[in-house]
Formats: sequence, structure tokens, C-alpha cells
Amino acid sequence: MTAPPFSWIRPERHGINIVPADAWVDPSRPVPRALVTHGHADHARGGHGITIATPATLAIMELRYQTREGASPAEYGERIDIGGGVTATFLPAGHVLGSAQILLEHAGERVIITGDYKRSADPTCPPFAVTPCDIFITEATFGLPVFTHPPIAEEIGKLLEARAQNPDSCILVGAYALGKAQRVIAELRAAGHSETIWLHGAMEAMCRLYEEHGVMLGDLRLVSDATKDQMRGSIVMAPPSALTDRWSRRLPEPVTAMASGWMRVRQRARQRGVELPLVISDHADWTELTRTIQQVNPQETWITHGREEALLRWCELNQRRARALALVGYEDEDD
Amino acid sequence: MEEFAALLDALVYTTSRNRKLALIAAYLRGARDPDRGWALAALTDGLDFPAVKSSTVRNLMMERVDPVLWALSRDFVGDTAETASLLWPEPEDTAPLPDLSLAEVVERLAALTRATASKELPALFDRLDAKGRYALIKLATGGMRVGVSARLAKTAFAMAFEVAVEEVEEYWHALSPPYAELFAWGARGGPVPDLAHTPRFRPFMLAHPLEDGEVDLADYAAEWKWDGIRVQLVRAGGMTRVYSRSGDDISATFPELLDVLPIDAVLDGELLVRGVTQGGAAGGAASFNALQQRLGRKTVAKAMLRDYPAFVRLYDVLLLEGTDWRQAPWKSRRATLEALMPRLPASHFDLSQLVEAPDFAALAAIRDTARDEAIEGLMLKHRESPYVAGRKVALWYKWKRDPLLVDCVVMYAQRGSGKRSSFHSDFTFGCWDGDPDAGAELLPVGKAYSGFTDEELKKLDRFVRQNTLNKFGPVREVARALVFEVAFDSVHTSKRHKSGLAMRFPRIHRIRWDKPAHEADRLETLRGLIKD
Repeated sequence: MTAPPFSWIRPERHGINIVPADAWVDPSRPVPRALVTHGHADHARGGHGITIATPATLAIMELRYQTREGASPAEYGERIDIGGGVTATFLPAGHVLGSAQILLEHAGERVIITGDYKRSADPTCPPFAVTPCDIFITEATFGLPVFTHPPIAEEIGKLLEARAQNPDSCILVGAYALGKAQRVIAELRAAGHSETIWLHGAMEAMCRLYEEHGVMLGDLRLVSDATKDQMRGSIVMAPPSALTDRWSRRLPEPVTAMASGWMRVRQRARQRGVELPLVISDHADWTELTRTIQQVNPQETWITHGREEALLRWCELNQRRARALALVGYEDEDD
Repeated sequence: MEEFAALLDALVYTTSRNRKLALIAAYLRGARDPDRGWALAALTDGLDFPAVKSSTVRNLMMERVDPVLWALSRDFVGDTAETASLLWPEPEDTAPLPDLSLAEVVERLAALTRATASKELPALFDRLDAKGRYALIKLATGGMRVGVSARLAKTAFAMAFEVAVEEVEEYWHALSPPYAELFAWGARGGPVPDLAHTPRFRPFMLAHPLEDGEVDLADYAAEWKWDGIRVQLVRAGGMTRVYSRSGDDISATFPELLDVLPIDAVLDGELLVRGVTQGGAAGGAASFNALQQRLGRKTVAKAMLRDYPAFVRLYDVLLLEGTDWRQAPWKSRRATLEALMPRLPASHFDLSQLVEAPDFAALAAIRDTARDEAIEGLMLKHRESPYVAGRKVALWYKWKRDPLLVDCVVMYAQRGSGKRSSFHSDFTFGCWDGDPDAGAELLPVGKAYSGFTDEELKKLDRFVRQNTLNKFGPVREVARALVFEVAFDSVHTSKRHKSGLAMRFPRIHRIRWDKPAHEADRLETLRGLIKD
């Protein structure tokens, strides 16, 4: 008797279970064997027995959880036997440094779990690799047609213009400490901004890790080492939670900016007291999500987290089989 | 249009009052005539394009976007104009056309009819980017929601051109958009607008609430705070106008008041409907419920005029037969008003009587009886106070009676708009129609969206998400598990609600996290408080 198709892959509330290999993808609680798509805390938890991930993701997890125990590196494109007749191949997802989609193969059936991804260029990681498969398990963080992220050059331009217009204050940019911050810095450098960028202490270690992985970020210094006057006319980076924190009182009359896909919606920016919204996201926007499904052209699309109802509707309108998975614990309010 | 769209966008992201003022002032200085006049009108909701409704925009979108995707997007964004501006399909590869001027846009919007709107609007949308479309839709449908009150806009005008804000306020209301004479005077040093023969609105004097503490009745006079709507009656150049508190001209709603004022004057009073609820038979006013039948109508049927006849209970006199009394103390104005009364027809005017009491404690005792007479409370006016625009400390106080309180159970929650678009902040609550332990149902008795702190809002939102029974679009039905102590001013019978009653000014007084739902109040308690 043969098992029904794809019964070896089972979405459960706390992650995706690869049944014959007794392994989990991005589980939200500790398991004996985990495959981790990327280093963001909602996907990469500590405490697993064995963690299979790209070397960069493992380095990020080591930095966050102070342990390398059970780390099992997988290079991009390397096909790994994970037992039970299942192989896993980590492919670039274009989300952040080390981020991967995971291609799982079993008995001639191919399943891709994207983790988080985007399609626009990012100087800090290799681009998303379009790979054919039967079941495509995609995120949908920005799965609403109102979300289209403008070209990043436009947003970097706005940031530099605001800086030029405010020589006596600083522009305080709220950005995710892993990925977004380094991408914004790298894009600022690419746009010719070579001056010191001041960092919140929580960002320093991750920026150093990026540089160790070959992403050059130029002259970075800590806000705690600066005087108010030194920071006038410059750009300061901090995690979003610090924007309205007492920490920001040491800055010279900051103009509050935020680099996030949510900034596309005015009221979202208003809620956070953002004065300079920068629509910069490390997730696929609506156009990228729908284009990717068309390019990958799977038999079935499963949607893990985000605005899944709208993407589900789009699949229905385009005669594509799809279902939403009720996974817990993935939410990205800060992207 | 680009400049105006940029201003609107900047205002959205600016919370500081001073920076808003600076932004508007800079725009007013830099923009051309008559664009800046139209912008001023738009920011203060002074424009109306009846052919374009929110539904017009929605219908246009429905022809271009899947209705389900539209509904999901609208629900997430929380604003029709913004959703439409983002979802409008960009025209492909058209050469950019020159920017439309705001005046041109206004002209085209004003020329629209219901029939042509669905053809003309898309052509306008196609010429703009998302920011411009947002500005256009807000302009066309009204309700900018950028936190710019008329007062703030007037202050910005005064700042931009270094003129007195009181003067701006006076001329503004007498002129219509795009306020050509206002800009000629303010921005270009022209003559003061000639308004001597125009029945124009003068800014109201308002009162601070009297929180704790007392006043000395030697200095302050007391009057009832009547439960109608505050109006200003103006006659000049042979024409009479009725203005609401916000300066809106509501003359058409109350035609019976337009030919009863025999002299040129500006009078401040409470508009009421004849009846016996307020102040007993002698007081001669009906409850607010009756007045409500008359509000918001553009034309008035004869039966309405007969069944709900309106009159004005006078509080104050601002101008009388060429004399401006506003700088005079209240006691002189009061004497002038009292002397005027015999000249006014009793059919449409009476005088708001003073409430005499030997001391403050005695006054408090009188106030406590106010509920029986469906009066909102007392006004305390300094006997020496001039009539000044707005709220000035220590001149006038309103001393409302304590609200009524009832414990209700939360039944439905809806996401708010604007800043609250991600929070469930609008609540519908009910009382038990009998004994809850014997299976009685809850029936909705009111809705409220205020009376809690930001911290409490977060907690309430969490409660709603964790206790959702059903979702109907943005509305969630929640488990009957949370009690609000609801404060309200009065309760009236209502045919519109299943519970048969409607509360006035319900607000959440306290959140009773501790109180079991079955201990909340029953409908009979509320029914016992009805005063119609």
C-alpha cells in the first residue's frame, strides 16, 4: 500500500513536520531536529537538538543564543540526506544574510518552503532562486494588493534628502537589527554616502557579523560614544523599539524615520509616530508574491503566515490550488 | 495639485501642532491664488462635491479590482481614500502630463454630476500618482483627517501673513471659498473685507468644565445649561442667519427663525423645541430627543414645523443696532439683553433665567435636581467677563450634573479608523433582558469608543482578539465576558433599537475586569431612567 501524495509533509501549528525524517522546519518550540530557513527570531528559535541551516544562519543563531551545539551547516545548493528517504537542499531566498528556501524531496515529490523572501535586489545576500516544485509553501507577510514596495533607490534618496534638509538634527532610522539595518547601510554606501553612521548598541554585533561575511558597511560608530554635536546632520540607526524609548533623548532633535514595508500605509506610520516613512522591506510585496507563484508554477500553493486570505483569493481567481496553514508564532510587525 | 498633495502628506506625518502650523503657513505663503484659498477650504472641510461620495470611489474600484481583494485591503488600511489611491491601476507608459492646478481640480470636481463622475474621475486619477490620488479623493469626499481644525488653519493664516487671528476668524466665516477678499487683505495688504451688511458669524465664547472646587457667587452668575443646540442668530442688511457652534449656516433647517428678529443684532442662545420636559410646563422646552427630529434637514415639512416648533432661549448679546457689546462686562450685556426682550416676539424667543442661590452649596443642591428636568447642568459666568472667542480660563464654566451609570456587557467590537485602525476600539454593549441565570438574552443598548487610556485600549484589543466568537468584516462578536461601567447623560425611548431605548453621550466610565457578566444591569434598570 502506498501512502497518499504528500502525506510525508505535515503542517502543524508549531511548524512544518517532515514525518519520515522526524524533523521540523522553523519550529516555534524546541525539537530534536530542526531545519531553519533564516535567523529572524520568529523562525530561528534556540534549544533544538540538531539545527540544520546555512553557515551564515548558524553564525547568526550562535550570536543570538550563545551556543553552537548541534549546528549542522548546509551550503546553498548542497543536497543533504536528512533520513527517512528525504533530501533537503537550501536555496537562496534573498531575504537576509544566510536566508534560504528549503527544497524537500521524497519519493519523487518536491516541496519548497520559502521561509521569508523577496525578489528585489539586496547587496547583503544572493537573490531568490526560482526553482520548480510540486508544492510551494510561501509566506504572505505583505499579501495584500495595496503593498507594492517602491524601488529602494527612491527611498534612500528620500532619506539622504531629509538629512541634507536637517543639518542641525539627525535622522533616526528605525530598522530591524538583523537584515534591514545592514541593507539600508549598504544601500546608503552604494548611493555614495560615506560619512559615519551612528548605531544603537543593539546593532553593533550583527553589523560586525555581516562584515565578517563579506558585507562591507563603512564607518560605523556607537551613539554611546558620540556627543550630541557630533551626530548633527548624520544618520542614526536603531531598532524600531528604541525610536520612542528614553534612549533617543541623547540624540540632537531627531527626525524619526522607519524603514518598513508597513510604511506604505499612512495610518501605520502615524500609529508609530513616524515622521519620515521609508517603504523598505525584506519581504516580497504583492507583485512579487504573485509573480513568484506564477514563475514557480507549482501544483499547489500553501500559505504560511501574513495576509493569507487575500493571496488565497488571488490563487482562486487564477485557478490555482491553494490552502492557508494555521501556523502560530510568525509575525513581523517591524519589517 | 502636487504641492497640495505634498502638504497633505506632510500633515499626516506631523503630530506637533507647531510643525503643522509651520507647514500650512509655508504653503499659504508659497502657493498661488486661488489654489491656496481652495486648499484652506479643503483642509477645514469647507468644500462639498455632492456628486462624489465614498461609494462613488468604491464603485469605481469594484469595476477594476476583485471585490474580495478590495474588501480585505480596505479593512486592513482602514480608509477608503487611501485604499483606492494605492489600488488604482497605474496607466501604462503614458507620457507625464503637466501638473493640474488645485483650482482646476476643484473646477472639474464641481462640474461633476452623479452621471458624469464615474467617467471623469478615472481620467483625473490617471493623471496623478498614489499621493495625488489620495489628496484628490480626500478633497472630493471631504474629511481630510489630518488633525487640522478650522482654528488651527486660521492661526496658520494669521502666522503666514502676520495678521490677528480674531480678524481672520471674523472675515473667514463671511466669505466663501476660495476666500479671495481674505487673501487680498491678509496676503497682499489690501483693504479689510467690507462685511458691514453681511449677516456673518462671530466666534462663540465657550466654557471650561468646572472639575473640582467652587466659585464665589458674588463674582459668578448661574444659569441652566439647556439641552438643545447652541446657536447664534445674526441679522444684518435685512437678512437673518442661524449659525451652529462650529459656524455652519443652519438657516435652512430652521426657517421659522428667519423673519422674527425685528432689529439688527447678533444673539447667542440655545435652540430648543417647544415642549414640557425641560423646566416643566413653565419652561416650555421639549427634550433633546424631540429637537433631534429637526436637525440635519435641508428642507422642512410643514408637519415638522407644526409638531416640533423651534425657539431660541437667549443667553447673551454680542451686537445690537450698530453697537458692539463684546468688550462690555457680562452684567452690562445681561442688562441689555433683558431690556431687549420686550421687543422680541415671545413666540420665538425667551430669556434664559438666572438661577439664584445664597451660596455655592445651595447651588449644588439645586443642580442635583436638574436631572428631573432633563437639563444638562449649570453654567457659571463671571459677572465681569467680556465676550471673547473660544475658552478662556476662569471666565465661564460649565458645571454638568454627574452622569448616570449602568453596568453593560460588551457584545461586539469594531476596529477603529485612522490611528486606531489596528485596534478594536468601538464597542457595542448590552443589558440583560431579564434574569441571565434563567437564560435571558443581552440586547444592545449603546455604542462607545471613548473613555479609556491607550494602555487600556491595548488590553481591550487583546481581550477582543482572544474572545472572538464570530467575525463580520471589521466587526467581531465577543464572548459575553467583559463588563463596562457606562456613563451617559440621559436615556430616551427609541424605535430604532431592539431594546427600545437610546442613551445620550454614552462613554466608558470604567472597565470592570473584575465583574462577572451575569451581574451586569438589566434593561428594566435603564427603562426606569427614561425621561422623554
